[in-house]
Amino acid sequence: MSETAAQLNFFQETQGRKGILAWILSTDHKRIGLMYMYTIMVFFIVGVLLGLGIKMELIAPGLTVMGPQAYNSFFTVHGVIMIFVIVIPGLPAIFGNFFLPIMIGAKDVAFPKLNLFSWYLFIIGIITVLISLFTFGGPPDTGWTFYAPYSFKTTTNMFPAVLGAFILGFSSILTGLNFITTIHRMRAPGMRWMKMPLFAWSIYGTGWIQLFATPIVGITLLMIIAERFLKIGFFDPALGGDPILYQHLFWIYSHPAVYIMILPAMGVISEIIPTFARKGIFGYNAVVISTMAIAIVGYFVWAHHMFTSGMSTTAQFVFSLLTFFVAIPSAIKVFNWVATLYKGSIRLEVPLIWALGFLFLFMIGGFTGLFLGAVATDVHVHNTTFVVAHFHYIIFGGMGSAFFAALHYWLPKMYGRMYNKYWATVGWATFFIGFNVLYFPMFILGYQGMPRRYYDYLDQFHGLNIVSTLGAFIMVAGIFVIILNLIRGARHGEQATMNPWEGRSLEWTVPSPPPLENFDEIPDLTKSSAHPA
Amino acid sequence: MEANTHVHRDDVASKLGMWLFIFTEILLFGGMFIVYSIFRYNHPVAFHLAGEELNDTMGLINTIILLVSSMTVAMSITAMQRGQVRRSMQLLVITIILGLAFLVNKYFEWGAKFDHHIYPGSSFLRELGTGDTLFFGLYFMMTGLHALHIIVGLIILVWVAFYIQKKRTRPDKYVFLENGGLYWHLVDLIWIFLFPLFYLIH
Amino acid sequence: MSEHKTHITSYTTHFMVLLALLILTWATVSITNINLGPYSVTAALLIACLKATLVLLYFMHLKFDSKILKISFSAVMVVFALVILLTFFDYLFR
Repeated sequence: MSETAAQLNFFQETQGRKGILAWILSTDHKRIGLMYMYTIMVFFIVGVLLGLGIKMELIAPGLTVMGPQAYNSFFTVHGVIMIFVIVIPGLPAIFGNFFLPIMIGAKDVAFPKLNLFSWYLFIIGIITVLISLFTFGGPPDTGWTFYAPYSFKTTTNMFPAVLGAFILGFSSILTGLNFITTIHRMRAPGMRWMKMPLFAWSIYGTGWIQLFATPIVGITLLMIIAERFLKIGFFDPALGGDPILYQHLFWIYSHPAVYIMILPAMGVISEIIPTFARKGIFGYNAVVISTMAIAIVGYFVWAHHMFTSGMSTTAQFVFSLLTFFVAIPSAIKVFNWVATLYKGSIRLEVPLIWALGFLFLFMIGGFTGLFLGAVATDVHVHNTTFVVAHFHYIIFGGMGSAFFAALHYWLPKMYGRMYNKYWATVGWATFFIGFNVLYFPMFILGYQGMPRRYYDYLDQFHGLNIVSTLGAFIMVAGIFVIILNLIRGARHGEQATMNPWEGRSLEWTVPSPPPLENFDEIPDLTKSSAHPA
Repeated sequence: MEANTHVHRDDVASKLGMWLFIFTEILLFGGMFIVYSIFRYNHPVAFHLAGEELNDTMGLINTIILLVSSMTVAMSITAMQRGQVRRSMQLLVITIILGLAFLVNKYFEWGAKFDHHIYPGSSFLRELGTGDTLFFGLYFMMTGLHALHIIVGLIILVWVAFYIQKKRTRPDKYVFLENGGLYWHLVDLIWIFLFPLFYLIH
Repeated sequence: MSEHKTHITSYTTHFMVLLALLILTWATVSITNINLGPYSVTAALLIACLKATLVLLYFMHLKFDSKILKISFSAVMVVFALVILLTFFDYLFR
């Protein structure tokens, strides 16, 4: 709703372009954020359906709906799409783009054209990955980790998939670069570092990880391509190379990438909980410091993915120790969120329900992570469904919940309309029940020794697998309720006010939806004392 | 930027952005240096011997070319800051010519290697042994990637020269020249490490 | 933007830096002919680092740039060094 009737919001202000051109040529950070959102949501549904295919195959031992080759392709493509297209760019590219400039009182990001270019790279990357599915050789079957030496020996169509991941990484680097520069240079007067909203802080930490980690995977993927076509031998034992080196290089990126996923999620939660507890965040400084601590320490724990790879015992010890260090700042955040809720005047709206769900699922994921960080237990459960359950609790239960929390929190601001809260709650409950029924049995199955990435399993695992697949259907039903309700809300929901949740950060001081350049005048915060979060 | 949007110019931001991009480039090569250090540790003797195969003189000439070109592009910025647009342009053109000379030199160097049946995946290299295969794999991959960056750097510098010609880069607005220069120095920086690691450490 | 007064590096400085770089190049080439045993790698890398520092400080103007650039560049180097160190925890003890 426009507060001043004459002012157009960013949907109406097309800058003289027509139809789709108003979107794909626009350098407005809000439009770019939404373009990311539409792309990501479409592929999210594709990824969910692929996951459902995996669970369908696992409903009974032996061949149920697909053979081993198809199954391998299913989990590979599911992983590649979910990780590189959805989870890594998800929160920063959608909500970072849309809200970071508004939250720090800027009219746009530092490099608007580069921002649009990142989106184009994102689309080119996706198309390249898709090409691998439908051209000669068939879809890749290595798993999303592209482990050597199989990744340069398999006859399936690896090259486009790897190249696509490289391009997506480049897009991610440019987005991170843009956000860091924006935060350094474009904060409104008086928006001091320690007054910045916690979501902006989390985007800042994420930006640095994107810059520091992504180039390593870039060069690693290039080496895989060179290995495939030129036989340079870096990862080929027959030529003197070392496949474990590939695992090192891959995880030097991909472990920090986990923090690219979870830091913005933590940022979202740090925005939502204070708003609905109607109380300032408990220990703002501690949350900021722990954000940066996670970003730094998270860079140096990568080899805990490799305890069983054959690397040296010394390295196992060192990385196990470092892994336990990274649990500390994560726990600090959880304590701060809970302490914020304590004695707050809590209003149980939909975003807070999602945030509480996040806390529960993230805690389970975090605690089971300790099992994997300790060498002794990891050797037992490595490459079992225990690992799969653990990272789905962190990535899907954590980042996914935060993503939906953010959607429910900011949708009224983005579209100026409110969704149906009843159906949103129903959707959440269905999702939450389905999620736990789906993934919790996988902890037990894994502990009993069921390996991951096989289309078949022993009869003794049958019972829990049926439960798990049943959970998958419940969860997917929940996801569809949520998404349909959000789409309906965005299109036909009742008009939302400027500040439906009584939030205190800057995005709630502009109309919903915001006008083209967010602010008529850059806000001046030199006089206000408290930080907005 | 379009006329009807907010015009915003922040040279400090542009430079910060360029530096951040340079960090990612450094780490991109950093990944290769990690691979180099580990294979060198694993195959010390083979790397030692294979290093002697490379032509030191060729490497030295290219080192000098890049160091001089780095100075000329830095001087080009000084000239622009002092308002000497013509001299700035001349120094930039010299830099571009030096960059091309580097590539020509590299072309002959690689060509000589190919003539000796040394290229990735060659059966000759395979007979030499795993250490040599890895050394030359790294050599071609790292100098190849570096040459690619030289080409990109040259494209950027030509683009800058075009901008100077069009007076879109001028003494009061020269951050594009500065950023192009930064990128060129990056290429020099990488070569400073590549040269001893491949050509000199016998 | 005129919030920082720009520092202009003189031609002479640039030329002196180039001279230093060339001398260091000469030094690193001649050092290869002396057998330093295990220290030859260390020597070559030290000289390379010295040269890189000169390029960074003067040609790339880092010496006169803002603190944030200096800090973040050092951070890149520290991170990279730590990554190599941690990777070698595997290879040294295998």
